[in-house]
Amino acid sequence: MRWLGFARQLTGKRHFWSLAMLALLLAYNLVRDPHFFAISMYDGHLTGSLVDILVRGAPLLIISMGLTLVVATHGIDISVGAVVAISGAVAAALIGGQLSGETGMGEVTRFALPVVITGALGLALLLGIWNGTLVAYFGLQPIIATLILLGIGRGVAQLITDGQIITIYYSPYAFFGRGFLLGLPFSLFIVAAVAAVLTLLTRKTALGLFIEAIGDNPVASRLAGVRARTITVAVYAVCSLCAGIAGVIGSSNLMSADGNNAGLWIELDAILAVVLGGTPLSGGKFSLAGSVMGALIIQTLATTILSAHVAPEITLVVKGIVVFIVSILQSERIKMLLGSNRQDPTRTKGTPG
Amino acid sequence: MNRAPAPIERAPSRRPRRDRPLLPLAVTTGLFLIMYGAGAYHFENFFSLTVFLNFFIDNAFLAITAFGMTFVILTGGIDLSVGSVMALTTMVSATLVENHGWSPAIVIPLVLVMGAAIGFVMGLVIQYFKIEAFIITLAGMFIARGFCYVISVNSIPITNSFYTDVSTLRIPFLFDTSISCNVVLALVVLAVAFYLARYTRFGRTVYAIGGSEQSALLMGLPVARTKVLVYTLSGFCSALAGVAMTFYMLSGNGLHALGMELDAIAAVVVGGTMLTGGSGYVIGTMVGVLIGGTIQQLIIFKGDLSSWWTKIVIGLLLLAFCLLQRAFARTKRT
Repeated sequence: MRWLGFARQLTGKRHFWSLAMLALLLAYNLVRDPHFFAISMYDGHLTGSLVDILVRGAPLLIISMGLTLVVATHGIDISVGAVVAISGAVAAALIGGQLSGETGMGEVTRFALPVVITGALGLALLLGIWNGTLVAYFGLQPIIATLILLGIGRGVAQLITDGQIITIYYSPYAFFGRGFLLGLPFSLFIVAAVAAVLTLLTRKTALGLFIEAIGDNPVASRLAGVRARTITVAVYAVCSLCAGIAGVIGSSNLMSADGNNAGLWIELDAILAVVLGGTPLSGGKFSLAGSVMGALIIQTLATTILSAHVAPEITLVVKGIVVFIVSILQSERIKMLLGSNRQDPTRTKGTPG
Repeated sequence: MNRAPAPIERAPSRRPRRDRPLLPLAVTTGLFLIMYGAGAYHFENFFSLTVFLNFFIDNAFLAITAFGMTFVILTGGIDLSVGSVMALTTMVSATLVENHGWSPAIVIPLVLVMGAAIGFVMGLVIQYFKIEAFIITLAGMFIARGFCYVISVNSIPITNSFYTDVSTLRIPFLFDTSISCNVVLALVVLAVAFYLARYTRFGRTVYAIGGSEQSALLMGLPVARTKVLVYTLSGFCSALAGVAMTFYMLSGNGLHALGMELDAIAAVVVGGTMLTGGSGYVIGTMVGVLIGGTIQQLIIFKGDLSSWWTKIVIGLLLLAFCLLQRAFARTKRT
């Protein structure tokens, strides 16, 4: 029976299941295409399927990390997709869509690049503060507060772009989504920077502990001297800022801003990444590394479905079903059934809905 | 799910407000009259029976789904899947009728059962596994929308004679005006919902659960069964709304009813139903739908505004009423 004990120990490890899922997906791809892991230098740039997954997944990776903190406070943000659309639209509007020269690309912009980025990210930050204030100070349920922005946001993006898809002709802007630094895609540096900042903030300071305390029990944490409201606002602001960064990368990659389709359904992917990464939707604990892994699983799955010539329409269904199953597996009842209930069953959570 | 303000402080607000139950409804009705009056003052022809009836004709499907949503919110839950279930209904109806040649007599009952089944499964999972309603219905929203795209990424036009006949059928009303079948359908659903909420054990249990689930349980009320039934009802209403939308649009499209959950929740909340549950009226939801319709018509009459403003204004109105509810709950505390 020793192997059974070992297996239980192994599967009990924090990221076992998500790592296993990722490994399984990669293994399937490797069997199907032996060159899947091949990474080569082309024109001084690193290319290959794995790099491709990372680059395509960059926006999702960033958003999932931001959302992780929100979920850790027992909140949710379903407005990230709308924020992606808004920040892309703002950037495009600030650059202005003038075609210059014969090449179709130019150096003309209405505002300097730092202004463009500050404008796009600044508005995203403001929207996050708006969400957080509604939740923390006005006591709105997170799902309602962010549903309002989800509904309004795309309309706002449409108003900014005047209902058109704005094409960006300013070539330096392309660097965020398509550029290379030291042979690596630049977007990966952004992902790494976000990951580093968030990890340092939450694991090297007491902030992470405070966030978990709020998710666990907001009253107790406030009585213990945690500034629950300020931190809640900050967490929503960070999540929205992450969505803004993702919006800049996305619009830079496509060199256009599409108020209708930019960031569409990305809230589903982000929620999925967070729950796959082992952050419970009831809050109280979180794992940034887990969410990164979750996002990688989703991106690999998307690539796999595309390359396996399965109709891509099915992905939405598959992802929805996975959310369904994972949230059932995370429920207290299943934990009790499996006899591994590590949480105190008498602990009360907020009412559903 | 309620956040920062301490649950200790919040506890009294969960009690049904039997003392001033009609106040939110009065505020809502007043708002409707003011908006309608403003429209009538600013635009010629706004104050006409035709425009007023258009509120009903253009929003019948929204009303039907919002009545189902009212029951869900009365229990303190939420259903985010309604728009997607509506879209799926139009899609399934269109593909079965047009591409497979099924008779509408079979298709319509089938899609209604499908909607109810979707709601039933979600309710079962929410109740049995004690998972928060928003996450399960959010998953349901994505799954239903996904299935639309699996059926077809393109719009499927409907040419079946039954659907086109119902779509063009106008029932004469006062002063040379007429209403569509959908309006009749919506009014029937309103009557049934009104009866359910007011005169049945089911309705009283719904209010009791929203007031305090624990107390309802201690009183021996069938809490689990009622909660599952509420989501089943919402799924059924969404499917029925989807059928009405099929008549209205005469096509199946995965993009139909995109964001309709916001409109439905807004109609319910603006109609005076507390998001925390336990207090509200089905009639209020009807007024909420009419306010949404008025906003829509005002923006159409204005002419130079993008239709996106409708969504923005409705979202802001929802926000205002949410804040009003919070303020209301807070003054009750002191």
